[in-house]
Amino acid sequence: MSAERVTTVVVGAGHAGLAASHFLTARSIDHVVLERGAVANSWRRERWDSLRLLTPNWLSRLPGLDYDGPDPDGYQTAGEVVDLIERFAAVTGAPVRTETALTSLSRTDDGYHLVTSAGELNSRSVVLASGACNVPVTPAFAAAVPPSVHQVTPFDYRSPVHLPQGGVLVVGASATGVQIAAELQRSGRQVILSTGEHVRMPRTHRDRDVLWWMDASGVWDQRYDEVDDLTRARRLPSPQLVGGPKRETLDLNALTDLGVELVGRWAAVREGRALFSGGLRNVCSLADLKMNRLLAGFDQWAGITSPAEEHAPTRVPARTRLTLDLGSGEIGTIVWATGFRPDYRWLDVPVLDEKGRLRHEGGVTGSPGLYALGLPLLRRRRSTFLNGIEDDARFVIDHLAASLATPR
Amino acid sequence: MTTIDNGVNVQALLDAREVLKGAPEAAQFTWRANSKWTKGVHSTTTIEKFFGLGQEQTHKAETEFASDHPAVFAAEDNGITPIEYLLVGLAGCLTAGVASVAQNRGIQLRSVEATVEGNHDIRGILGADSDVRNGYNDIKVTFHIDADASKEEIEALVAQSQKRSAVFDALTNPTDVTVEVA
Repeated sequence: MSAERVTTVVVGAGHAGLAASHFLTARSIDHVVLERGAVANSWRRERWDSLRLLTPNWLSRLPGLDYDGPDPDGYQTAGEVVDLIERFAAVTGAPVRTETALTSLSRTDDGYHLVTSAGELNSRSVVLASGACNVPVTPAFAAAVPPSVHQVTPFDYRSPVHLPQGGVLVVGASATGVQIAAELQRSGRQVILSTGEHVRMPRTHRDRDVLWWMDASGVWDQRYDEVDDLTRARRLPSPQLVGGPKRETLDLNALTDLGVELVGRWAAVREGRALFSGGLRNVCSLADLKMNRLLAGFDQWAGITSPAEEHAPTRVPARTRLTLDLGSGEIGTIVWATGFRPDYRWLDVPVLDEKGRLRHEGGVTGSPGLYALGLPLLRRRRSTFLNGIEDDARFVIDHLAASLATPR
Repeated sequence: MTTIDNGVNVQALLDAREVLKGAPEAAQFTWRANSKWTKGVHSTTTIEKFFGLGQEQTHKAETEFASDHPAVFAAEDNGITPIEYLLVGLAGCLTAGVASVAQNRGIQLRSVEATVEGNHDIRGILGADSDVRNGYNDIKVTFHIDADASKEEIEALVAQSQKRSAVFDALTNPTDVTVEVA
């Protein structure tokens, strides 16, 4: 079977791949967008029911598609994000091939060879926009949890009613972990939240959404090559935020008020017992200090000196429990909100580091013609969010176009 | 900016971090101690050699540590109690961290003092109550720091020092320990 030839292949029809398509079309570069499932696939199939975007609607913009609905300060549900991305696909007229899974991407003399579930392609350039959250990450000791305890990841979790009876141990205090912990506790279950390093943030600061401040103050514009510890910044857990009509803050104090029990980072399983770190107080101090520095920086930027609303230090229980008998029946379910990673099993180009992370300089990999979009802090802090894709995609496609114009 | 000096060669540490990122095998250290029973609950532990950066290393001098128990334990008190050595390790590690982080952040320290208290219910080790653990129930460290820095900056120094502390980690997280008879 002869392989089809296109100039550029985009892998993934989420917001990032479609933004790449938008700029490729603007430059009349012929391309196809490969999609393993449907447009916005992960938003359709890999999200829990109550999830809403962390960014308010007015900030959830895509290239050429500003929010024009009635609720600029609201937060879209996962279903609404699917609608938004579908609308974006329609507006850009992206040449999406759905139900086309990539199984291999390798280098050739003059570009790349791609094997998919629907045939083979050759291209001069490839944009990887297959997402940052393809695989939930769980610690190795998950295998030592007794089989009587049901284990789910955020990919399997839908809502409290789907979990077996009993208490729930939620592991990880990112946006995912705190949102699921709150919803389970409100549903009448006892939740224990295992908390390592986390990012505390109030929903609003001086009556504006905290992400308004991130956007306006320039924090989100910080470039990847200006960040002190880029590896760490790219691995940072998502901030403890929830999108909802009440604009409520969902930090650890809010969870404590709901009745959630806090424990330290889960370190190991020994003889059927979970062992938690005794270092909870320190990770809470670190998060409090960082939040206060961030908010003080906003005020400094705005030239405001009047005192802002005080945020009480995180209340850490005088004694957190250090062990939990997993076989006692106290816990019926464990929810692993321990992060995600991209899936590059099909990538046969040597651009991954020793930990399997893609090596790139602001979206440009070391392999000529191979680019990435839609990864955390790809070019700027705002890259992690929907509204960051416009500048990133413009830059990457400009670079791609320039490299196509260079004679080989 | 005036140059500050806490006596920590931060540049060497930052350089080492960069080098070891690409050479994880050189970062594997083994710390060693050798102990010898004297009499009763008194023993002496010596430390001199360790392994690191791919080869055997030696301290400038061998150090001897006496372990015993106080008179209230009906012992001769020829040295501190082994569990007190954990406090020595924790205080030494956190203080080193404070100095290093301060150096890296351009904060001049004038004095750093810490009080470390470990609460210990000895019914555990005596076998008097099986619900009581053998080790510390909790440990509290109180720092008194005089430095050219705000209260928040000093709190951040102490928080960061815990974040990068080997002994804080060793005490707050479980460690796999093997004890065998050769």
